[in-house]
Amino acid sequence: MADAILTATDLVKHYPIKGGVLRRTVGHVKAVDGVSFQLMRGETLGIVGESGCGKSTLGRLLMRLEEPTSGTLDFDGIDMYSKKGSEMRKLRRDIQIVFQDPYTSLNPRMTVGDIIGEPFDIHPDVVPKAGRRKAVQDLLDMVGLNPEHINRYPHQFSGGQRQRIGIARGIALNPKVLICDEPVSALDVSVQAQVVNLMEKLQDELGLSYVFIAHDLSVVRHISDRVGVMYLGRMAELGNEDEVYQHPTHPYTQALLSAVPVPDPTLRGKREQIVLTGDVPSPANPPSGCRFHTRCWKAQEKCKVDTPELIERPDGVGAHFSACHFAEPRLVIETVDVSDVEPDERFSSTEVVDPGALLERDGAATTAADDVVSDGTQQGEPVGEPDASREDVFREEVRGDAPDRRDI
Amino acid sequence: MTNAAISATADPSLDAGEPAGEAHSLTSDAWRLLRRRPIFWVSAGLILLFLLMAIAPGLFTNTSPTAAVLKESRATPSTENWFGRDVQGYDIYARTIYGARASIMVGVLATLFTTLLGALLGIVAGFAGGWVDTLISRITDVFFAIPLLLGGILFMSTFQSDVNTSYFVIVMKVVLVLALLGWPSITRLMRSSVLQVKPNDYVQAARALGASPWRIIRQHILPNAMAPVIVVSTINLGVYIAVEATLSYLGIGLTPPAISWGVAISAAQSGLRSAPHMLLFPAMFLSLAVLAFIMLGDAVRDAFDPKTR
Repeated sequence: MADAILTATDLVKHYPIKGGVLRRTVGHVKAVDGVSFQLMRGETLGIVGESGCGKSTLGRLLMRLEEPTSGTLDFDGIDMYSKKGSEMRKLRRDIQIVFQDPYTSLNPRMTVGDIIGEPFDIHPDVVPKAGRRKAVQDLLDMVGLNPEHINRYPHQFSGGQRQRIGIARGIALNPKVLICDEPVSALDVSVQAQVVNLMEKLQDELGLSYVFIAHDLSVVRHISDRVGVMYLGRMAELGNEDEVYQHPTHPYTQALLSAVPVPDPTLRGKREQIVLTGDVPSPANPPSGCRFHTRCWKAQEKCKVDTPELIERPDGVGAHFSACHFAEPRLVIETVDVSDVEPDERFSSTEVVDPGALLERDGAATTAADDVVSDGTQQGEPVGEPDASREDVFREEVRGDAPDRRDI
Repeated sequence: MTNAAISATADPSLDAGEPAGEAHSLTSDAWRLLRRRPIFWVSAGLILLFLLMAIAPGLFTNTSPTAAVLKESRATPSTENWFGRDVQGYDIYARTIYGARASIMVGVLATLFTTLLGALLGIVAGFAGGWVDTLISRITDVFFAIPLLLGGILFMSTFQSDVNTSYFVIVMKVVLVLALLGWPSITRLMRSSVLQVKPNDYVQAARALGASPWRIIRQHILPNAMAPVIVVSTINLGVYIAVEATLSYLGIGLTPPAISWGVAISAAQSGLRSAPHMLLFPAMFLSLAVLAFIMLGDAVRDAFDPKTR
């Protein structure tokens, strides 16, 4: 495999809890508590986990938007946390972020051209002043937006279009690593597929490495080469996509995967669902030993005392990283990898429709509300009832079933 | 209609409606909303009128405000003197026109200073956080505890003016006391506004790009945090005019021979029952000016409030 571009070692982020009259520190929220991983050049590392497990904090640590409590981060041979001032600024060119909520990640008072052009203002040596407008228009074109909309404001775009603008800003400086902090969670399911496909396209074209943070297991599987599962600030399991999804060894991963809805009524009631009891413990006072032992059906005395290390453990076929004393493979869900399946042309295109060509065919008057729909511009023959089937088709795609198998 | 047809026709229709290059910013949206409100035009018209009075009172009257005709003291309104004459025999219409200058000057300057000082401290407190925020916030609290009018009376009676003090110095003294006691509300507003804007992802994105704090404030925080301050400042302008009149009425703001609405109201007190017109006209102008600024502030707030859209 290719060499590592990003190496995190024992990343820790504790937030102090202040209490009392004197605002003394009475405890710590252990948001990220010893996370180590490597990101290879050109690969996508998916990070999954439920809300509050420290995924987003990890993303912000990787961006150095937060200072870590301890740990090191090696970016392409440079120790990122030791850099200051202009050196750090220079480093930021190579590592960028795409945020979750496209409604708060774009400044409402700036035009799209100013938003995407801001990276060039901050790093003026990347593109000469005269070429900036052109560079911004190229970026808009690259993410599938109309370059003529350069002077519009964010509120004139739909959620999916805004997320494309956020991606364009992220790739403007031609970074090596793009941290994606739940980039599709806030989007409509129909638009999610387009944005995910756009990100895959950009990865191929620009040779980007992604850290893809999400809580949607199917989306992560679709885009990732390797997947890390987080629980309460620690990595529970880390392996390539097949290893984690097909023979997970950590009980938490198994429970997570068994909760994925399967859009197939014939499987209803026939598959085993692992229902966890209790809530996620507070990260301010995490359980001793294995973090998961309070909810784990396999837990024994050893789990309360010994912290299981994230080491390679046998998974039936080979071995991958898992942090469980009693790691054993278990087939949880029948999932199919669709990476090699021919994509469904109707829903995977990121091209913008040439408006002129279609205007001649159908010049019906439309309203501005249709703009939302225009985000999902698709060429080719549309199938009937697009509204009813859009969501299903995306799920099918993730699962890899052909649409015609849907009929029962 | 098919999906492709919807999407295809949506784009050209938008492009036909607005050529590339035209765009709606939030400010232009607010302006379009404002333009349709009669209350905005009424208040803006009144304010323009008062501003014109303050700058060029000669446009409105040829009579000198200091030409006393003692034998016509307390004359009632007539075709000769529209608003009548006061105790000294001055033409009330001319006095009222000339009185606008003091009120408008105090209002505008006090608003300018409180807004600048308050916004600056509010941005520093909200953006820097930590002990800087604590220090500024506590100082703000101390000043906030002093009632505006009481503080004004204390200040003006401590630094008293006499007959030789020039008009400009007295006006500046009133402005100074208003600025000194008025900035805390703006600071608090600005601070909370900055705190609201700061955690937004677009600010984080700018940080991730390596933007300097100055750039983040100028490009991202200030434009998004300014609207409530502008609104409150506009409303405050009316309040400051009223406070100036109050101080003058109490005899510690502007004093004769300076001409102002407050001074005129104070002087009219002596003949309230026999010549009520002496009180009516300056009081009416004062109320109109205060009302106009408050109405304008209201209209601007409605236009900038995204919830009304």
